[in-house]
Amino acid sequence: MKDAAKSNALHFGVLATLLVLFFVLPPYHAGNLSRIMVLAIYAMGFNLVFGYTGLLSLGHAMFFAAGMYGFGLTANLAGWPVVPAFATGIVCAAALAAVVAALALRTAGVSFMIVTLMFAQTAYLVVLYFGEYTRGDEGFVVQKAARMIGEIDLTTDTARFFAAYILFAICFLGLARVIQSRFGRTLVAIRENEERTRMLGYDAQRHKLYAMILSGAVSGVAGAAYAMLFGYVGATFASVQYSIFPLLWVLLGGAGTTIGPLIGVLFMFYLIDFSSSFTNAYMLIAGVALVLLTLFAPHGLAGLVRRKVFAWLP
Amino acid sequence: MEFGPHLMLAALEGAVTAAILALTAMGLSIVFGVMRVVNVAHGEFYMLGAVLAWWVATVLGTHPAIGFVAALIIAPALVGGIAMVADRLVLKRVAYDADRTIVATIGMLYIIQQTTLMTFGPDARPVEPPFNTRLALPWFEWGENGFAMFWPWGLSTTSYKLFVIAAAAVVLVALWLVITRTKAGLLMRATQQDSETAQAFGVPVGRVYSLVFGLGAGLAALGAVLVVPIQQAHYLMGHDPLLLSFIVVIIGGLGSLPGTVIAALLIGMSDGIISVFFSPTLAKIIATLLVALVLVFRPQGLMGRAQT
Amino acid sequence: MAAMNILETRGLTKTYAGLKANTDINFVLARGKVTALIGPNGAGKSTFVGMVSGRTPATSGKVFFEGRDISALPAHKRIQLGLAYTFQITSIFPGLTLHENVALAARRILGGDPAKTDAKVRYVLERVGIDDRADQIAGDLSYGHQRLLEIAMGLAQEPKIFILDEPTQGLAESEVQDFIKLIRDLAGETTILLIEHNMKVVMAAADHITVLDQGMVLANGTPGEIHANPAVQAAYLGTADA
Repeated sequence: MKDAAKSNALHFGVLATLLVLFFVLPPYHAGNLSRIMVLAIYAMGFNLVFGYTGLLSLGHAMFFAAGMYGFGLTANLAGWPVVPAFATGIVCAAALAAVVAALALRTAGVSFMIVTLMFAQTAYLVVLYFGEYTRGDEGFVVQKAARMIGEIDLTTDTARFFAAYILFAICFLGLARVIQSRFGRTLVAIRENEERTRMLGYDAQRHKLYAMILSGAVSGVAGAAYAMLFGYVGATFASVQYSIFPLLWVLLGGAGTTIGPLIGVLFMFYLIDFSSSFTNAYMLIAGVALVLLTLFAPHGLAGLVRRKVFAWLP
Repeated sequence: MEFGPHLMLAALEGAVTAAILALTAMGLSIVFGVMRVVNVAHGEFYMLGAVLAWWVATVLGTHPAIGFVAALIIAPALVGGIAMVADRLVLKRVAYDADRTIVATIGMLYIIQQTTLMTFGPDARPVEPPFNTRLALPWFEWGENGFAMFWPWGLSTTSYKLFVIAAAAVVLVALWLVITRTKAGLLMRATQQDSETAQAFGVPVGRVYSLVFGLGAGLAALGAVLVVPIQQAHYLMGHDPLLLSFIVVIIGGLGSLPGTVIAALLIGMSDGIISVFFSPTLAKIIATLLVALVLVFRPQGLMGRAQT
Repeated sequence: MAAMNILETRGLTKTYAGLKANTDINFVLARGKVTALIGPNGAGKSTFVGMVSGRTPATSGKVFFEGRDISALPAHKRIQLGLAYTFQITSIFPGLTLHENVALAARRILGGDPAKTDAKVRYVLERVGIDDRADQIAGDLSYGHQRLLEIAMGLAQEPKIFILDEPTQGLAESEVQDFIKLIRDLAGETTILLIEHNMKVVMAAADHITVLDQGMVLANGTPGEIHANPAVQAAYLGTADA
């Protein structure tokens, strides 16, 4: 089990590096780390279905948004404390994923993509339709009271970083465990050859359903965390663009690798951060990246490393 | 206005929407039918058509009719050309793999949209219609004095809108003739049936794919040129046509041309009519949800037959 | 008699768009024996095993496994009962190692225990003779080795019935000899249903033969009986030039 030891070392190394970076980087970049980790949680959730199970969903923004609104609305409108509001966000996302997956998984391939896209579009429109509560595109700011856990004020840089860090670490290590488990290996088998997997006696349909629910729940964690840590909830996060982003991150970083999502988010974040300083058409970078990745590096950065250097890369 | 005239007005507006939608969705449908790929950048080719129409009309700067006619020819041709280049440079290289094509065309969507933003700018710009006579429409009623015809206030359309409907119909008929009666159409149909066998029989499948991709984009651009005197050109205008085209193509049965036209009429008309009486957001919610459910439970489309 | 038959089909029929691929097939599979299913091309052999394994839904008729009606069960449930199936066209996990390919098969019956799975994988790979390649990527193997890998994946499931669809197709002569030996070794351990074109393999490996022709059972018997059966000879000769 040498490979398992290596991947453990890698995962703890990544977590340690993030921690060190927070203390050594200038405040602006240290602050960015929190956002990058939260978005990486979203990317990891997406990676579970896209990278490991081979299902291309174009509608994950609805799960991110379900987490975000599940938290934001209960915290702001109902005045719930952080923990139950956060849990509501996750439950909303998981429940939505269960319903959407149960329907969408009756299709495959291109139809699956369009069905998930359409459900996400419906969800986006629903957010706009109930503008009275959601404030539509404009969005709303989460009250300060909803961003306190006991005495800890999540609006301070340090508390925000550690909250993001803990959530990231849980999802990162948790998903790495899932991938190594019998369940995770079966997902990879489905990606590689679904018919064979079924003819080995696995209920492929059920595995895909559970993968979607887990992926939805993790995306919901990211959405709720985003609202909690950055204090804003808006319909943009439910739009098509936010379904495309995780695809871009995961493709860039490396689909079907544990560290790919983090790498992808990190790269894209700074690429957009850099380009938006001189143009408002920063999505151009995303477009060019998508085309180039499809053409030249379909396995992403971590995928390249896995092919060329470390075959054990989890 | 009373209910009857109001409904008629909504139906007229719906017919214009349906005409444009039929052209745009037909482009998407042909591409899917022949090449078996989903072009997510389709809405951007539409937008590009509108923006180029504005550009042609502005550069010529002559009488609106001349500018419009020039745009009607130049914009779709340019857009078609751009699409063919994109096909050669990108889609061909990913071997038209369904998943990778979707990702690549998502990339193309942003490239086209953002390049337009950088050059054309964020403003909406109008193109003057070549002619635009307001036509008042009569309404009939069976009243106390028997049958009567009167002219309700506000019940009118323009000559340009009627032209749009007629033009779309002419283009669709011409397209149908090309596909069913010409050699080019035969090559397309052969490729659609079985690209490998077609290749074996000497059909230049690669070139057919490029031309079809260009034709699909050109149809979207043509729809946009027709619409731009009514709506304005804007760099984000491709979003709704893309979604509506998806809806039409799916309801009509993926790749089925008659199904696409019928579905475009259905969706265009009902979109126009529903939007007049209900919240447009609610109408869209129902439409997108309906599409998702059609794909789940009737993947061959509402009008299509089960594929064998 | 019933206890001796591990699998039985009654009136199994498959119709594709009005064309009958299989008609009223009544078939029994004797426990612990090697039964070969033969017949000319297009006789409906693959359709038949497809219906037995659950890959292809039957138009009508029933399948019984150890006396239990499994006609309504989906494929993966039938596999879980103890049916293993190897595909006619090699179907493996090309991007994964041989070890992982077989481990996927073993893990379902052994649960999550990695040590047990590992031991099982090694044992099975050794048995088919490709244990020295355990860490290779399956997609890089030669065709013959991929077929052996498929058999290993079947064995790892410790099946009660092992269905092999054209296992020797595309194998070299020496590999065919090894395969016959392997099948004879397995006889008694498990029940084997062999779909095979190569008559030499059938004659050498099978205890019992069922012949299908035009979707119907033409004959049943020992290899000797089948060899001497004039109807079988006619069926084969009749299609030889087609």
